[in-house]
Amino acid sequence: MSYNCVVLIKQVPDTKRITGQAMNEDGTVNRAALPAIFNPEDLNALEMAIQIKDKFGGKVTVVTMGLPAAGRVLRESLFRGADDGVLVTDRRAAASDTLATSYILSCAVKKFNPDIVLCGRQAIDGDTAQVGPQCAEKLGMGQVTCVEELIDLKGKSVTARRATGHGWQEVRCKLPALLTVVDTANEPRVSGGKRLMKYKNARTPAEVAVETKAANAGADETTLKKLTEEACNKLKAKGLLIKQWDLDMIEADLKWCGRDGSPTKVHRIQSVVLTAKESKSVDPGEDGIRSMIRELIVDKTIA
Amino acid sequence: MTNFYKDNDDIVFLFKHLDLGRVANLQEEGFRFASEFEHAPANEAEAVQNYDLVLEALGQLSGEFIAPRAEAVDRQGNTLNEDGTVSYADGIREALDALSKADVMGFTLPHRFGGLNFPNLVYSMANEMVSRADASLMNIFGLQGIAETINAFADENIKQHYLHDFSAGKVTGAMVLTEPDAGSDLQAVKLRAYQDADGNWFLHGVKRFITNGCGEVLLVLARSEPDRAGGLGLSLFVCDRGPTVHIRRLEDKLGIHGSPTCEIFFDNTPCQIIGERQRGLVTYVMSLMNGARIGIAAQSMGIAEAAYRIARDYASSRKQFGVAIEKLPAVRELVTDMKIALEAGRALLYETSRVVDHEIYLTKMTELYPSTDKEQMKAYKTELRKIGRFAAMLTPMSKYYCSEMCNTVSYDSIQVLGGSGYMRDYASERHARDARITTIYEGTSQLQVVAAVRGVSSGSAEKYIAELAAKSYDPAVADLLVHLQKGTELMVKAAAFVKEKGVEYMDLYGRPLVDIAMDLIIGYLFLDQASTKVEMEVSVSGDNGRANGQSVSMKQRKAMVARRFITRSAPKNVARAELIMSGDRSIFADYPVLVGPVVTE
Repeated sequence: MSYNCVVLIKQVPDTKRITGQAMNEDGTVNRAALPAIFNPEDLNALEMAIQIKDKFGGKVTVVTMGLPAAGRVLRESLFRGADDGVLVTDRRAAASDTLATSYILSCAVKKFNPDIVLCGRQAIDGDTAQVGPQCAEKLGMGQVTCVEELIDLKGKSVTARRATGHGWQEVRCKLPALLTVVDTANEPRVSGGKRLMKYKNARTPAEVAVETKAANAGADETTLKKLTEEACNKLKAKGLLIKQWDLDMIEADLKWCGRDGSPTKVHRIQSVVLTAKESKSVDPGEDGIRSMIRELIVDKTIA
Repeated sequence: MTNFYKDNDDIVFLFKHLDLGRVANLQEEGFRFASEFEHAPANEAEAVQNYDLVLEALGQLSGEFIAPRAEAVDRQGNTLNEDGTVSYADGIREALDALSKADVMGFTLPHRFGGLNFPNLVYSMANEMVSRADASLMNIFGLQGIAETINAFADENIKQHYLHDFSAGKVTGAMVLTEPDAGSDLQAVKLRAYQDADGNWFLHGVKRFITNGCGEVLLVLARSEPDRAGGLGLSLFVCDRGPTVHIRRLEDKLGIHGSPTCEIFFDNTPCQIIGERQRGLVTYVMSLMNGARIGIAAQSMGIAEAAYRIARDYASSRKQFGVAIEKLPAVRELVTDMKIALEAGRALLYETSRVVDHEIYLTKMTELYPSTDKEQMKAYKTELRKIGRFAAMLTPMSKYYCSEMCNTVSYDSIQVLGGSGYMRDYASERHARDARITTIYEGTSQLQVVAAVRGVSSGSAEKYIAELAAKSYDPAVADLLVHLQKGTELMVKAAAFVKEKGVEYMDLYGRPLVDIAMDLIIGYLFLDQASTKVEMEVSVSGDNGRANGQSVSMKQRKAMVARRFITRSAPKNVARAELIMSGDRSIFADYPVLVGPVVTE
């Protein structure tokens, strides 16, 4: 049988390239200073979904929530083999914590009635690993976290191997189910040539609006709106307009979205700056080693 | 996050510098495919964007997926199984799967067969990147000329049968030419092709040294006219790997361990003829070989690039006598020469690829879609004759130059690393082993010279160089033109001298004569690069070999490259011309005395 897969993806700041300007004075991330990338483990989730499609048939839809610029990760998903993508974007979703985000995403996912929902274990900006499990709860489906291998997919059940840190665990779960995927699961494929050539011009309406505004500096709102609509229609005719939904379209209850739906309160932010200090020589004799060990125990480096 | 396209300033620069829009216009035949195929480009800008995007994806695949597997591929090699099948090294199998998913196995095939319809120029860039990652993989990825040959010469039903599968990466091919007694001399091919009473063709006999002979689709050169010796007795056939095709052995080779080299026994194998009888060698294989030669030139570029990078890195980090060894004059010169030789080879290869693309376009215009406009047809044909001659000269030159360069560079890479380079801890020794075949297969360097020297002695080189000389160059490098003009005069004189002395003399001094012509052509190509309109900044190396934060324009840098290359080749050309015009043919008479007899027991 074939499987209808939905992959949840996120555009994140590339935290591997942190430089001096990466943090604001108040300790929050300066997103402008870091290049935006496809969250790495979401790529593993997408690859797993495409492999399911390659083997069993079906469909792969990617869903992301974010600013208009997140259209890029949807495009990249199309390049790699996704069939369809949706950008959930809405000002009222701003300041959502993981709970609100999970609620909004689950509302969007419901529209597709999927057999399998896949997402990366965690995003490299927040590292919470909460959104996947919370989505599964809200969707009322089973979940398998930290999947490193999809062992079998038969009828309405999935067998997968979970990475547990010091070992692994093989579990079977009824479908529909949500899987969160770790980076050791696979090596994500690169973009396909013909898909690149076809989808390079695919855009979300929000991106079209931004591009239209940039190309028509000084034009009034009405003209811009008309031009944007025209451009969108052109793309739609070619099958290159990426779906864009707001909170009304996914029938989300606003009290669970954005700031109102986010119980998380930031208690304190610490800006930890690691700096290299001078080196220290340790006398290679017994006394030297003993005093070094003592020092390490005192400053709690070792217990 | 290693991308073999984006991390290579020279390729990125040439991608912008060479007029790819114009190349695309010819390749897409005025962008007439856009209405029929959703991925086909509608204009020059879109086509160039497509090339850029696909190269970026392939650069990523090469850097992050293929290269990390290359060492294991080299150690593992291929296996001939008991049932006669061949298993690739794991890394090759995985890489081929990844390449298929990236849609790049029908790189130059037309849209209608599921290909990307990219020009050879872009294919050369792709081949270089893949070869830099794993030279042996290029022998499968880079021999798409097999499918191209089917596309160019076979019947429509054969094309429909095979080409979609090639594009999808479901099959790979082999060019099955060489036999135990027919290597460089393919006219001596013996493998028999015969017909049954119903006119079906069959193959019988042995082929040897067949790269990827275990592939699914085999293009076989065979003697269809038993009474006719020489090239005109040969036709080209296509057959599937099946129960009558027996792989008898895999060769144990010095390098390119990931590429299986097979001995094949055809036991009355059913096959189909490609095109017409008797044109197998003279038309089809010649065309196939020309494409393959450009492929090997690109493979050579990739190996050299990989070997150079190891040496460049090592020279900046290895300390001896209290300094990084790149501070020592001898090492500094070695590394510089490697880098400039690489750029010289790339300039020649890309220019050759561009000329070949032009030739293919003109061939299509004159043969496939003959126009009713007689004037237009005449103009096309005149142009095709000229471009065809340039391509016939530049192709063997590129193969010769790049493969020799890659051997020098990979040996020098070991030299820069010293004892460490001789050990298997570094990849330099693998690159040197992989490099060694490039001056041998698809025609030895000696045979490339024989092919290229005809172009030099017949005046094609002079005409082509005159076209280069007529371009306008930046005033900053104009003073270098005089060296090239003097060199051209020497070349013309030497060519006339050789021509008068006869064919044997020409082949004796072919190499220095071709060397002069190549240095002049590359000199002009460097001047063209130094006159570029492209604005691009490149980083400068600091004391530790890392970027020091300063930058220089590529235009200025290329002027520096051109100056060094041209002023250093000028005196070499004088010496070469003197040698050629010595008239010394004593080797013919002195050989038996100089080398003495073979010692037997």
